[in-house]
Formats: sequence, structure tokens, C-alpha cells
Amino acid sequence: MTGLVLDLLLAVTLVALAWRVLYAPDLFEAVVVFITLGLLMAVAWARLAAPDIALAEAAIGAGLTGVLLLDTLRALPQQAEKSGAPQRRPPHRARALPAVVAAALLGGVLAAAVLALPQVPIGLAATVSAELPRSGVSHPVTAVLLNFRGYDTWMELGVLLIAAIGVLSLRGSTRLSAAPPGEADAVLSWLVRVLVPLVVLVAGYLLWLGKSAAGGAFQAGVVLGAAGVLLWLAGYRPVTGDRLWKFLLVLGFGSFFTVAVGTMAGGRLLLEFPPEQAGTLIMLIEAAAAVSIGATMAALFIGLHFPPARKLSPLDRRVAP
Amino acid sequence: MNALIQAAGIGFCVAGAVFFLAGTVGLLRFPDTLSRLHALTKADNLGLGLIVIGLALEGGSWPEAGKLIVIWLLALLAGASACYLIGRHVAGQSEGGGD
Amino acid sequence: MIAQDHIYGIAAVLLFCLGLHGVFTRPETLRKIIALNVIGAGVFLFFVSVAARNTEAFADPVPHAMVLTGIVVAVSSTAFALGLARRLAKLGEKPPRINEGTPK
Repeated sequence: MTGLVLDLLLAVTLVALAWRVLYAPDLFEAVVVFITLGLLMAVAWARLAAPDIALAEAAIGAGLTGVLLLDTLRALPQQAEKSGAPQRRPPHRARALPAVVAAALLGGVLAAAVLALPQVPIGLAATVSAELPRSGVSHPVTAVLLNFRGYDTWMELGVLLIAAIGVLSLRGSTRLSAAPPGEADAVLSWLVRVLVPLVVLVAGYLLWLGKSAAGGAFQAGVVLGAAGVLLWLAGYRPVTGDRLWKFLLVLGFGSFFTVAVGTMAGGRLLLEFPPEQAGTLIMLIEAAAAVSIGATMAALFIGLHFPPARKLSPLDRRVAP
Repeated sequence: MNALIQAAGIGFCVAGAVFFLAGTVGLLRFPDTLSRLHALTKADNLGLGLIVIGLALEGGSWPEAGKLIVIWLLALLAGASACYLIGRHVAGQSEGGGD
Repeated sequence: MIAQDHIYGIAAVLLFCLGLHGVFTRPETLRKIIALNVIGAGVFLFFVSVAARNTEAFADPVPHAMVLTGIVVAVSSTAFALGLARRLAKLGEKPPRINEGTPK
């Protein structure tokens, strides 16, 4: 009973925070409340018996996305001004009504669907627990991610790679290993020098833990990405060469690709791990993926900082007056 | 004896929650950034410490208590540094932006 | 009888609808991107609340894996969208606002 009261409070708070995120007039407040929403979502995941997702959400949803949004907020000054000073009349009430009615109708239909879900759960937990001993690990989520649905994880690493390529191509320069701008504060440098070894240790622990408990490549990778962002903010370069950066970005997708080619060359189906070597293969892929995810997250953050334009790119020359 | 330890654990957690509440009220009600930082860091560090003691009493084993204390120390470290950085930024702004 | 999955399921529906309304009606580009993330949060909450209904020793791990994948894809697309928004701002174009019709 007390659990349900906590769940109800949490759900109401989540919806209230989402309302505040979307309808607060100040964009800075919206971003800060979004970070808080991410943290409370992590608590909701913990309540719903999803510790893997709680770890990932705390690091990605609250951490990295919040940092990216704050950084972009700083770089888009006209947006922040516009939201503070209403220069034009707010739209008439009647014009805003159809959108609200449509959203409310959709909400009603979806809520009815949610309440009408069959009471007997139809899921794949039984199938997974039957096949778990043959998968090479003993944690079901890791088994699903890396073995049973390994193809999805492979393509997800591909999506990460595409996003990094997109951000870098928008930037106009792929030199990620340039010296970070800004002054290096003494306290921040000291903090980073103390924290980053601890962060690497925690990432390695999370990676190792993924075999038997909540953890794994994504959580470890995002923690490493946070370390990379911290290093860059304190004035250090996370990775010391451009070619090493590009290698790390491709490492995750590439390691899956190598294993896939290996399984097919060995006469098996795509990504069909032999049961006695599945554990080793999974650990190798996870280690490569963790390092690659860390480098990609740091690259996404660093890549959003455009270097000062020394010469115009062809796009600028076409559009600028 | 066990019930006493459990009750002490719950008592420490409640005390920590009261400190967090005080810090949040300070965040919402104090007039400027520096006083808000003061309220936040003092109340949250002590609040987290009390909650850690309460959870350590409830958890029972020494390795778990050790891990909780390490978490508290790291949160202290990060909180103090963040407070300093924000305060430095605010002080730099109020002096006209120059460093 | 209200169960845990109903509570979080309704909350997920509300998050989804709030986010959808926000994407179409809020003018600032950054807020549209945030609204897309709120939509994602609603969808993930629904997935996991359905997965938690399972009465086995552990919750259904396949939706958990899908949500983990979804979180990482969401942050990738958010980063790319933010890059696009910054590029648009740098080129000096205003992001189109829903209430202004076609830009001249």
C-alpha cells in the first residue's frame, strides 16, 4: 500500500514537472526542470524494477542531455531573449483550443487502451529465463542486449556513429583533439584530476558487473563519456589524436561487425554465438562498445562547439549576404 | 536491540529528509544566488550524511556502509566544487564580467 | 483495483500527450527538442510499466533492452538536432515558428 502511495506521488510529480518543462516562460528554467525530470525518471525506473535503465537514465537523460541542452542554450542567445520578452501578442485563446482538444482526445483514447490491457501478462521473460544458461552471461537484460537481440545493439551503435558523423559534418571540422577553449580554473582542474581515475574505475566496475547484475556496456560507456566531457571542460584533451578519435568512434560498430563476419565465416548464422565462447565474445564486444560509447558521447559534446571560422565553408558562402 | 537499530536508522533518514527540505526551502526563498548556494550546500551535505548513516544502520553489513560513506564523500567533493564554481561565476558577473 | 502499472501507464500517456502538444505549439526550437525528449520519456515509461507486470523472478527483459536502446538513440538524435539548431542560428535564419505561417 505504501508502495502505491509513493508511485502515485512520483507519477503526479513527473507529470507536473513535464508541464513545467513545456510551459515555463524561461528557457533556462525549462532545461533545469528537464534535468530534474530525468533524475525523477531514474527513481521511477528503480520503482519499476529496472536498475539497468535507472543507471542509464541518470547518466544520459539527466546528465548528458542536460549538459548538451545547457550548452546550446548558451549558444542561442536570441532564443533566450525571445522567450523572456513577449514581443508579439500571445495567440488568441480560440486558436489554441483545437490543439488542446486534440491532445486531450488522444490522451483519453490512449488512457482507455492502457486500462484495457489484459491482466495476464504476455511477455518473453519465461523464454529468456529458459535460454539464459546458454547465453554466456547470467543477467537477463545483458543476455537480451548482447546475445539474443545483438543485432539491435549493433545497429544502435551504428546510430551513435551516424549522429557523431552528423554533428562533426555540421561543425565543418573534424579536429576533435584541438585544445579546449576557455581558461582552466584551478579547483576544476584539481577536481578533475581526482575524479577521472575514480570515474574510470567505476566504469570498469559497471562493465564487469554487467555479466551478473545491472550494468554493462552502455552504463560504463556513458560514465566514460562524462569523464571525457569533464576533462574537456577543465582544459585537458580527452583523446590526444584525431586518428585515435576516429578509431574510437568506429570501434563499437566495428567490433560487432568483426564478430558478425566471424560467425558467418565459421558457418553459423549472423551473430550466432557458439555457447561455450559466448561469454568471452560478449565481454570483448562490451569492452569495445563501452570505450566507443564513451568516445562518442564526448565527441557529441565537443563537436557541438564550432571552432572559430577561419575561412567560410561552401554553405556559408552560398547563404551569407 | 534489532528494533532499536531499525528505529535509529529510520530516525536518521527522517532527519536527513528534514535537512533536505530546509535546503530546498532556502533555494526557493532566498533572494540571490550566493545565499541560495549557502543554503543548498550546507543543508544537502549534512542531509546526505544523515541519510547515509540511516541507510548504513538499516543495511547492516560493513562493506555496504563503506560504499555509502564513499558515495557521501564523493557527493561532498562534487558539491563543494560546484558551489565554488557557481559562486565564482556569480562574483565575476557582479564585478562587471571581467576576470 | 489500481495497480502500479496503471499508475505509471496513465502517467506515461500524460507525458506523451503533453510532449506532443508541446512540439506543435511551443515556438522556441530548443523547447521543441525538449518536448521530443518528453515524448520519449513517456513511451519508455509505458514500456517499462508493462514489463514490470511480469510475475517471474525478474521483470520482462526484452522491453528493458528496447528502452535502453531507445534512450541512447534519443540522446544521439537530440545531439544532432541541437547541432542543426546551432547551425541554423549561426547562419542567421530564424527557426520557423508554427504561428507565423510560411517564412517570406
